Amino acid sequence: MFNWIQNIADWFVYDVLNLEKGQHLAEALNFFIYDTTKILILLFIVIFFMGIVNSYFPIDKVKNFLSRNKLYGLEYLMASLFGVVTPFCSCSSVPLFIGFVRGGIPLGVTFAFLITSPLVNEVAIGLFVGLFGLKMTIIYVVSGILLGTISDVILKKLKLEPFLTPWVKEVLANAQREQDVFIAEQQTLKQRLPIIWAEVLKILKGIIPFVIIGIAIGGLMHGYIPEGFFEQYMDKDNLFAVPIATILAVPMYSNASGILPVVQVLVAKGIPIGTAIAFMMGVVGLSLPEAMLLKKVMSLKLIAIFFGVVTLCIIISGYLFNLIL
Amino acid sequence: MSKTIKILGTGCTKCQLMTNVVKEVISENNIEANIEKVEDIMEIMKYNVMSTPALVIDDVISIKGRIPSKNEILELLK
Repeated sequence: MFNWIQNIADWFVYDVLNLEKGQHLAEALNFFIYDTTKILILLFIVIFFMGIVNSYFPIDKVKNFLSRNKLYGLEYLMASLFGVVTPFCSCSSVPLFIGFVRGGIPLGVTFAFLITSPLVNEVAIGLFVGLFGLKMTIIYVVSGILLGTISDVILKKLKLEPFLTPWVKEVLANAQREQDVFIAEQQTLKQRLPIIWAEVLKILKGIIPFVIIGIAIGGLMHGYIPEGFFEQYMDKDNLFAVPIATILAVPMYSNASGILPVVQVLVAKGIPIGTAIAFMMGVVGLSLPEAMLLKKVMSLKLIAIFFGVVTLCIIISGYLFNLIL
Repeated sequence: MSKTIKILGTGCTKCQLMTNVVKEVISENNIEANIEKVEDIMEIMKYNVMSTPALVIDDVISIKGRIPSKNEILELLK
């Protein structure tokens, strides 16, 4: 499918620049051109597609659906799934949280949303397809959704309502399964497209610098670090690798689009895939800025429990992937 | 009549962008309006908005969760 990009990269590096095949510089440059082109195309496709889905599935609709229907446990899965198609900006997490609480949606279900929305988002999916291929992407998405679902069931069992900040408790007490009337934008696809298009360009513009830097670093490592280099340090038998990778990853968020390309090279050079996935989930799913914002609605203890449970689930899935893949 | 424009957002980059766009539209078209930035989460929640930034014109929520184009804002302010 992407052979033509490889041909362009080959042509540019070996013919136009006249570099010799097999040289470190030539290989690094070739990798850089191929990866950047491929990933930008994929990111564009995925972000555009998600933009269309989201335009027809605004968050208010999701909220009304979740508070209207009694789903007998399925609501955790549903919330996780909705989290996937909803774009997430960590600054929206608080209004979203309150909106859900006010709509009478159980706390556990709200957490499901808070976990998968950032974890499985359009940018991560686009990068994943480009860097690791379709099969790995599906594994990542499915495990992300399961991880959201399982963490919430655990969080629900912990009965965390007392750890909300006082004003949120008040909202909770007044919560009702109300159906907010909201004016859905009644537009045809043709009217929506320019808006979606502008949004796609905006997202791409924001992440392109990080992606390019990430791929550039990846390209250099690709050309200069020998195959299997990391195996001696981080092999599957090293029990501490997964937890260390996850914990290192949690504070890094803003550079997720730059970190993924580097991780891909690390995998190619011998880091076990489970360890890498755990690392990426930590990077993409949990972040310090998000924790700071959530402080407005949750006590520190609750944030700690929330992050703790999710981190634990990520670590477990890391081990699991190392076992089966 | 002067309009009251409120921009709801907890202070992320997107909200900042929205404020800039609105200000530009107003000064370019000589529209009389008061712009108010609402950053307090309690205030924001009174509008029942779940995705920020949101644009509120004369207490009507016009746009939420995305940054509108200049033309769109101009239409809304007419």
